[in-house]
Amino acid sequence: MENFLQQLINGVTLGAIYGLIAIGYTMVFGIIGMVNFAHGDVFMLSAFIALIIYLAMTQILGVTALGLVFLIVLVCAMALTALWNWAIERVAYRPLRGSFRLAPLISAIGMSIFLANFVQVVQGPRNKPVPPIFTDVIHVTSGGAFDVTLSYKQILIVGVTGVLLLAFWYLVQKTALGRAQRACEQDRTMAALLGVDVDRTISLTFIIGAALAAVAGTLYMMYYGVVNFSDGFTPGVKAFTAAVLGGIGSLPGAVIGGLLIGLIETFWSAYFSSDYKDVAAFSILVITLIFMPSGLLGRPEVEKV
Amino acid sequence: MSAPLLSIQKLEAAYGQIVALKGVDLDIMPGEIVTVIGGNGAGKSTTMMSVFGRPRASAGKIIFDGQDITHKPAHEIARMGLAQSPEGRRIFPRMSVLENLQMGASVDGMAHFQADLERMFDIFPRLKERIDQRGGTLSGGEQQMLAIARALMSRPRLLMLDEPSLGLAPLVVKQIFDVIADLNRNDGLSVFLVEQNAFHALKLAHRGYVMVNGQITLSGTGRDLLANPQVRAAYLEGAH
Ligand SMILES: Nc1ncnc2c1ncn2[C@@H]1O[C@H](COP(=O)(O)OP(=O)(O)O)[C@@H](O)[C@H]1O
Ligand SMILES: [Mg+2]
Repeated sequence: MENFLQQLINGVTLGAIYGLIAIGYTMVFGIIGMVNFAHGDVFMLSAFIALIIYLAMTQILGVTALGLVFLIVLVCAMALTALWNWAIERVAYRPLRGSFRLAPLISAIGMSIFLANFVQVVQGPRNKPVPPIFTDVIHVTSGGAFDVTLSYKQILIVGVTGVLLLAFWYLVQKTALGRAQRACEQDRTMAALLGVDVDRTISLTFIIGAALAAVAGTLYMMYYGVVNFSDGFTPGVKAFTAAVLGGIGSLPGAVIGGLLIGLIETFWSAYFSSDYKDVAAFSILVITLIFMPSGLLGRPEVEKV
Repeated sequence: MSAPLLSIQKLEAAYGQIVALKGVDLDIMPGEIVTVIGGNGAGKSTTMMSVFGRPRASAGKIIFDGQDITHKPAHEIARMGLAQSPEGRRIFPRMSVLENLQMGASVDGMAHFQADLERMFDIFPRLKERIDQRGGTLSGGEQQMLAIARALMSRPRLLMLDEPSLGLAPLVVKQIFDVIADLNRNDGLSVFLVEQNAFHALKLAHRGYVMVNGQITLSGTGRDLLANPQVRAAYLEGAH
């Protein structure tokens, strides 16, 4: 029982991070029909950006108010990662729009390799340790076989994710920008006929996706206490799995898929084998693609023109 | 005589290898209702869409209000005051009726949204009943009304309608044509109307063009074309 509760807490934390990344996959797919292979690496890049700002603030500037530090790190990482992704779209994807279908996909794979290598070169190939932050834990139960704990970091991760998802939901559902975004997703030509600047809206999609990935990157960096240039791949594929499982193109699907993947991975590691936890996630990807290609909340067929 | 609001000059356009327009000339004066009639595949819809650059003109020119818009991006053309209810209606299927109308008004910065919304509800009371329903679940007739209302929400200077009568009951067709006539008479709205329903269209329009196989073969006032034996034989026999 205690083990179950603990795994539930850990799984939701991990799932929140996957869900944030998954939104970027699902939005880009929704609007231009492309699997953005570089998205995991954008997430990895954001973790490095967050780490650099965190180190600069605490060790060079000597800021000690950790709440403030966290907020600034988060906002700066979101802004800078968004800028990167905006530039990536302009340079690597937009010129290929209207080219053959696989062209942007190949370009995205190239961009993924470029980002990983770039970070490897400028930051080195070894794990970067992160000075601990928010180390307190709450003992939810005590006296059993072991204490069930909930760390401040976990509360922060779930809390920040919840708040940002709400803000994001509001943006997409209730604002003119979000409406234009959804219109482009449903019929780009018609959106243009109604005065929507489609290219600008696609840029916006990459910006939003990157900003949410940067939230995930910042939280991931703090939570695991270590980052590496290769960290884009595995979480990237898992978040992509989450997007597929939830139904690619569906925003609530991405969040639910993220939570499910986080929970499955955590419980699998706890009750079966942590050696095979990645295999579990990838098996889900394959099984979903074969038996339920439109996912849990997806549309039966994703029509793309 | 004043300058045309829209002037299409020697327009050619193609879909890949398929040449759809072979030198189309067409003018719409401010305040005029102009119709293009013709059989299936004549190039009517292509003419309308190519005004927005979809497909782009491979030769010729499109002038709106004195400005060459042949190579402008579609969204900038829309912002100049052209609105289209296109072939197939192209309602956003996963948006509510209200959101579809908001999309129409967004060009205009939503400035007159409430007032215009009330007006659309007066014209099409059906839309009011369906306000929260998703566009994709509307009937064909309701979608047609929504497409026209969405186009009107931007307060266009030129309203372009591609076969607004398609798939509608005669009573609804009459109602929609009455609405167009009213908007033209009372607000001076210019209308570019494409129709297979030649009888209604020519009765409504000030002037008309007959299109065959990507070319204009005849033009004249609506009344003249209605009386023209060739037009009668080709497009009006059997109808009404
Ligand atoms: N998307 C398209 N791709 C290829 N050919 C098209 C497309 N749309 C129309 N056409 C062709 O262009 C010609 C004109 O079509 P269209 O403008 O739709 O005619 P109309 O509206 O008068 O029925 C037809 O031969 C049609 O087959
Ligand atoms: Mg047509």
